[in-house]
Amino acid sequence: MNLLLQANGTLNTLAREWNLVRTAADGSKTTLDQGGIFLEAVVRDALSAFVLSEWLITGAALLVVCGLVFGFINLFALWAVWAERKVSAHMQCRLGPMEVGPHGLLQTIADGIKLTVKEDIIPRLADRPLFILAPVIVFTGILMRFVPLPFGEHVIASDMDVGLFFIAAVGSVEVLGVIMAGWASNNKWSLFGTIRTATQMVSYEIPIGLAFIAVVVSSGSLSLVEIVELQGGEQSVSGTSGLEQAAGWFWHWHMFRNPFLLVLAVSYLIASLAECKRAPFDLPEAESELVSGFHTEYSGIRFALFFLAEYAAMYLVSAVAVVLFFGGWWTGIYPIDAIGGVLGVLLKLTVFVGKALFLVFIQMWVRWTLPRVRLDQMMHICWKVLLPLSLVALAGSCLWELATGGATFFGLGIAVDR
Amino acid sequence: MDNGKIRTEEMLLNMGPQHPSTHGVFRVVIRTDGEMVLESESHIGYLHRCFEKCAEGNSYIQVVPYTDRMDYLCAMANNLGYAETVEKLMGLKVPERAQYIRVIVTELNRIASHLMAFGTYGLDLGAVTPFLYAFRDRERVLKVFEKICGQRLNYSYIRVGGVTFDVTPEILDDIKAFCAYFDPRIIDEYDRLLTYNGIFISRTANVGVLPADLAISHGVTGPSLRGSGVKRDLRKDEPFAIYDRFEFDVPVGSGEMGTLGDCWDRYMVRIREMRQSVRIIRQALKDIPDGLFCDKKAFRGVKPPKGEVYHKIEGARGEVGFYLVSDGTTKPYRCKARGPSFCNISVLDALVANQNCMVADLVAIIGSLDIVMGEVDR
Repeated sequence: MNLLLQANGTLNTLAREWNLVRTAADGSKTTLDQGGIFLEAVVRDALSAFVLSEWLITGAALLVVCGLVFGFINLFALWAVWAERKVSAHMQCRLGPMEVGPHGLLQTIADGIKLTVKEDIIPRLADRPLFILAPVIVFTGILMRFVPLPFGEHVIASDMDVGLFFIAAVGSVEVLGVIMAGWASNNKWSLFGTIRTATQMVSYEIPIGLAFIAVVVSSGSLSLVEIVELQGGEQSVSGTSGLEQAAGWFWHWHMFRNPFLLVLAVSYLIASLAECKRAPFDLPEAESELVSGFHTEYSGIRFALFFLAEYAAMYLVSAVAVVLFFGGWWTGIYPIDAIGGVLGVLLKLTVFVGKALFLVFIQMWVRWTLPRVRLDQMMHICWKVLLPLSLVALAGSCLWELATGGATFFGLGIAVDR
Repeated sequence: MDNGKIRTEEMLLNMGPQHPSTHGVFRVVIRTDGEMVLESESHIGYLHRCFEKCAEGNSYIQVVPYTDRMDYLCAMANNLGYAETVEKLMGLKVPERAQYIRVIVTELNRIASHLMAFGTYGLDLGAVTPFLYAFRDRERVLKVFEKICGQRLNYSYIRVGGVTFDVTPEILDDIKAFCAYFDPRIIDEYDRLLTYNGIFISRTANVGVLPADLAISHGVTGPSLRGSGVKRDLRKDEPFAIYDRFEFDVPVGSGEMGTLGDCWDRYMVRIREMRQSVRIIRQALKDIPDGLFCDKKAFRGVKPPKGEVYHKIEGARGEVGFYLVSDGTTKPYRCKARGPSFCNISVLDALVANQNCMVADLVAIIGSLDIVMGEVDR
């Protein structure tokens, strides 16, 4: 442990020299958050060496951030498609892709190349402009939701004050794209898929929204960064090394904050499966019923965009779940969470992405285990099960906050040793 | 928009012949109101290969491979049905050992066929994993068949007068090992994975209810009929081959999870039948005698006397019947086959029209009838 701290100290010194850790002199943590993504600071500092206008520097920094988010989505999708095939294969007593690269690691790249060089087919009777625009809108809708989403402490494209609201609002854009795709295809199966998607996504936004509200009530903030930080226990940042930044135990996570939030967490996870059209709620694509649902007529790169959006959405809903309920980048173990500096940032990045990937794995697990529900059952689950449950849990959570003054379930009467 | 009312209209949807869950080239034109299916109209014939006419042009022995290609998932039962019909026509007695081998391979093939039905049914309902589990185990059966006769799908193994090749003790051990592997461990696994899954039950129980009288009036046979609670199994009721020597039960639907004769009942009958098949195989393996595996004379050529005969056996999907007319030559004068899938699928339209059926239910109903288009069209 000592060695680790020593190494961290050295790293921190180095980092300060490179101006990576930007802690204000008074040590207020807001400065760190406003620093935005780590690399944005690096780019800014590197560019400020040249005499450039502030506009150019900001523009370049933004480009880098956008590229990073976009790159992350792509990398994640590459990995996730491979992982999905491997997970499903091993659940089904198969090997999965084994030929391209070690254990088929490059299979997705091969598939991606295949998709990009495929002939671009637009049906003759399709509504051309809408047909072309639809996948772009779906993908943009997903991409935009990544903006206020943290990947770790200080690693965030933009820490918006209304981050959670933004995610919920922009999420609706995706439905529009899907409806456009289904309508423009001029195919009856696509139309079926589209209507199903619209029904499903609009319905399931409600339990998701209720889960959001409950978390906002508990944490008093719409900013995803603040919501996570609150789950780390009480904050007391002092000094410049960041080592003194206090962190709490896992019972500060919203999941354990009160029993009602745990119910909401489960409800959110179920609803999020429906939100990103994953089994058992994969009715919009329902291969055995609707051939391919709304993207029946799509092929090549346009299909790839839908595919990419689906996998990006998988990560997104999981990451939001991690932020809201599963303690964000905190490991939940005080001494580890107390590590600051570059090592801390890297650790928290790993923890956060790791948690999100675990939830993605659970989504895959569910998909390859369960049959698909029917449309009426899907609506029944949403309106007659999840919605009342969420409403009761939301009321319960609010009452809990009022009654206990914001104490946590496990933390009641337990003095956290600091 | 008149009076603020949105105009809605029914949609005519063409499902198939190229569709993932029509189990082959089967076409249903459905009239839908939103997700509800109001009416369906089945169209068949895309796979018609003139089996009956071909049979008239070939000798009795040469017809056997054509029967393989009818119900290609349970080719042994077709072979058996045809061979026994010709034998009945000739009054031929088949050696004892061949009789046992016939029962063993037919029951093995029934298991393979029901596995396919189980797997694809899961696939129809959106569960992919059971399909691959079923294929994993079906593969073992096919390996055994490959050892027996060199074929994995179209065996042509059961011929007039016996079977093509003898089974070695090694193969019998393989079959024994398969039985030990399959029952009860693997079937219990299926039950845990799919049969008693809450979503699966909600998708199949009370869906596609087939009353016994409707089933009988449409000539539905096999597991689809037994799912409606009718205890009709030719192996018990009109024993062919040597089925009267074995002890086994005939599972019937009981409306356990919903209404009698729903999709779940039909599905469950197949799962239970697999256990009974294993039971039959175990008894047959114990009793199998040594001796000839075929009637050598019949293998060299078949020339039945003038006459006509109808003979039916219980295949994996129901009653497989052959009607043969002989004019005393080496070729059948007329051959008529009764395929169970053909009769079973005829009930589909009635099944859909009678109840509030959704598009997803239609897929579940088609799957639960377990049709093989090769046999429907012949």
